[in-house]
Amino acid sequence: MRMLKTFKTGGVHPPENKLSATSPIEVLSLPDTVFIPVAQHIGAPAIPVVQRGDQVKVGQVIAKSSSFVSTNIHSSVSGKVKKVDFQADSSGYPKQGIFIDVKDDEWLEEIDRSEELKKDFDLDGPEIVKKIQEAGIVGEGGATFPTHVKLVPPKGMKADILIINGVECEPYLTSDHRLMLEKADEILVGTRLLMKALNVNKAVIGIENNKPDAIQLLSDKVKNDPGIEVAGLKVKYPQGGEKQLIKALTGREVPSGGLPVAIGAVVSNVGTAFAVYEAVQKNKPLFERVVSITGKGIEKPSNFRVRIGTPTSALIEAAGGLPEDTGKIISGGPMMGRAIASLEVPVTKGTSGILLMTQNESKRDEVISCIRCSRCVSACPMGLEPYLLMTLAEKQIFDRAEDEKIMDCMECGSCSYTCPSNRPLLDYIRFGKGKVGQIIRSRKK
Amino acid sequence: MSITIVYTIATLSVIGTSAAVILYFVAQKFKVYEDPRINEVEENLPAANCGGCGYAGCRAFAEACVKASDLGDLYCPVGGNETMNKVAEILGLEAVKKDARVAYIRCNGTCEHRPKTNIFDGATTCAIASSVYSGETDCQWGCLGYGDCFDACDFDAIELRADLGVPRITDDMCVACGACVDACPKDLIELRKKFPKNRKVVVACRNKDKGGVARKACSVACIGCGKCEKECKFDAITIENNLAFIDSDKCKLCRKCVPVCPTNAIIEENFPPRKIKQEEKEECSTAK
Repeated sequence: MRMLKTFKTGGVHPPENKLSATSPIEVLSLPDTVFIPVAQHIGAPAIPVVQRGDQVKVGQVIAKSSSFVSTNIHSSVSGKVKKVDFQADSSGYPKQGIFIDVKDDEWLEEIDRSEELKKDFDLDGPEIVKKIQEAGIVGEGGATFPTHVKLVPPKGMKADILIINGVECEPYLTSDHRLMLEKADEILVGTRLLMKALNVNKAVIGIENNKPDAIQLLSDKVKNDPGIEVAGLKVKYPQGGEKQLIKALTGREVPSGGLPVAIGAVVSNVGTAFAVYEAVQKNKPLFERVVSITGKGIEKPSNFRVRIGTPTSALIEAAGGLPEDTGKIISGGPMMGRAIASLEVPVTKGTSGILLMTQNESKRDEVISCIRCSRCVSACPMGLEPYLLMTLAEKQIFDRAEDEKIMDCMECGSCSYTCPSNRPLLDYIRFGKGKVGQIIRSRKK
Repeated sequence: MSITIVYTIATLSVIGTSAAVILYFVAQKFKVYEDPRINEVEENLPAANCGGCGYAGCRAFAEACVKASDLGDLYCPVGGNETMNKVAEILGLEAVKKDARVAYIRCNGTCEHRPKTNIFDGATTCAIASSVYSGETDCQWGCLGYGDCFDACDFDAIELRADLGVPRITDDMCVACGACVDACPKDLIELRKKFPKNRKVVVACRNKDKGGVARKACSVACIGCGKCEKECKFDAITIENNLAFIDSDKCKLCRKCVPVCPTNAIIEENFPPRKIKQEEKEECSTAK
């Protein structure tokens, strides 16, 4: 067998724990009320266009994109707008959003609700981009970068390869895996649409080889398509990181501070490819997504198709209720996800999973001194020196931190994971990144 | 005595003398004139090097004082008026009298008043905790209690109170350098006018949420009802964003706002116990 590809610098191997990998995607029943935040993406928050008391249908625009780097927000349910107000999101700080009382399930007429596969399209690139923009599609891998922005490269840059990210390197999460198994045809149509939009004739779907069934299935389906290739990858975290995946598949390296398109690559998640298919072929905006609900304590780890705005509590209920020894509830995976402080936090476009960690698993061990073992340096996939960045952030020496490329950190957490002294490296680096980011922004002004 | 030693001494003496002569002229030629008053001013400063004046240290402040044509913008919070008078005397300028200040942490969200709703187990500094999320309680405005202010204080004026969950400032130790004000990511600490006997009347809350939300998170939160504003005869109290604020420069310590506050968000400190209501007017006139 030929050697499987992977990226070279750093990386770690956390236990996979893909508990929900064999559970087919189920449709979660509608909640009574949804809270749909207006900022579910990177960029400017959308501006609400509905008011209290308005009747809305599924798929209707309820908040309009306010600039180019922003997206529309659509209602995920039908019913009456209860209020436009603030509620704490996963950060605990209140964010604006729209509360809707659910009544029936009435969709907009133009949305094609049939399950039938629509393979053919005769749209040109800009038309596809326009449809994607209107449908409010963002990267579903977690970074939630508006997809239409990615598809329009800055002047002077041209993409020559599209990479579809089916790596799902985060432990526990299985939403992308299940989607690839159950909606393979749709994902491939989505991929072709993205290729057309970007005007490239080559696409690679990268999948780690802990998902052999998905690799097999997709390879069989693209046998007769010369443009799309399925590549199996050696399991290593964080291979799902955009820069790591590009490096693994093409050998190219994204320059520090640069965009992937600068070296001709555009990366999209499989979830995004599926959403693109639905948006373009079925006129269905992004208002639902697949979410894994998993954890060692949970009764039945599952994958649900969930409407955006559904509270976390509804998901946990559907998976058998909150286990008694839950120590932490994490939105996202165990490596990059963030703990949430309230069960009212809604599912958003970037929520790939809800992980319930047991108390034993979530406990942080006692922090002791750095022993200069440099494991964090070996683990860092960006080739940084995490121990140094932590010290610089701690001592607030931000100019030096900037010189040491703190802004290149993608917060994958490999350093904290690997530290034998349990030092909170990423906590400090993230803090330093925030401060350095502020300094850079104020300098530009 | 060997001739070698004689030669050695002679040679070294010649080199030494000529080097001394050269250095003398070089020193004359490249002499940097420094105002002798800088040293004099510096000697009178508290040598705390805290940066409370806005300069890098006492020396830098002394240089700024000597350069300045008037001392209006220059003030050493540690030395206070006494020090500034001495500095003014040396420089032949007029010192501007300023009220002494003291730092105050405007949060009374102790464990008793503000229940914890979650546990944070990340790196325990306020700066990191506040950049990650809103805090262990439902109040996103209040004190996190990890003690960034305590770390910033060079004068041991801040005490971490594990029993309360919020730090407290020892007024007599505080020099109002403002290091804690900058360290607090929640902007809770204010430099207020220092009254005799460390008396103070202050709204110990920064919660800008609507009344109901604020009250739900903390039993002593300011709900912005405005009763204190109406009660105040000196226009010292303003309500903005559902939050009352007492301007310490206008406050006359009459304490009338304290009993009208429905949530006990206004705190009076270091006053003698209250007498019966009729005598309150007397208190008012005795207050400075």
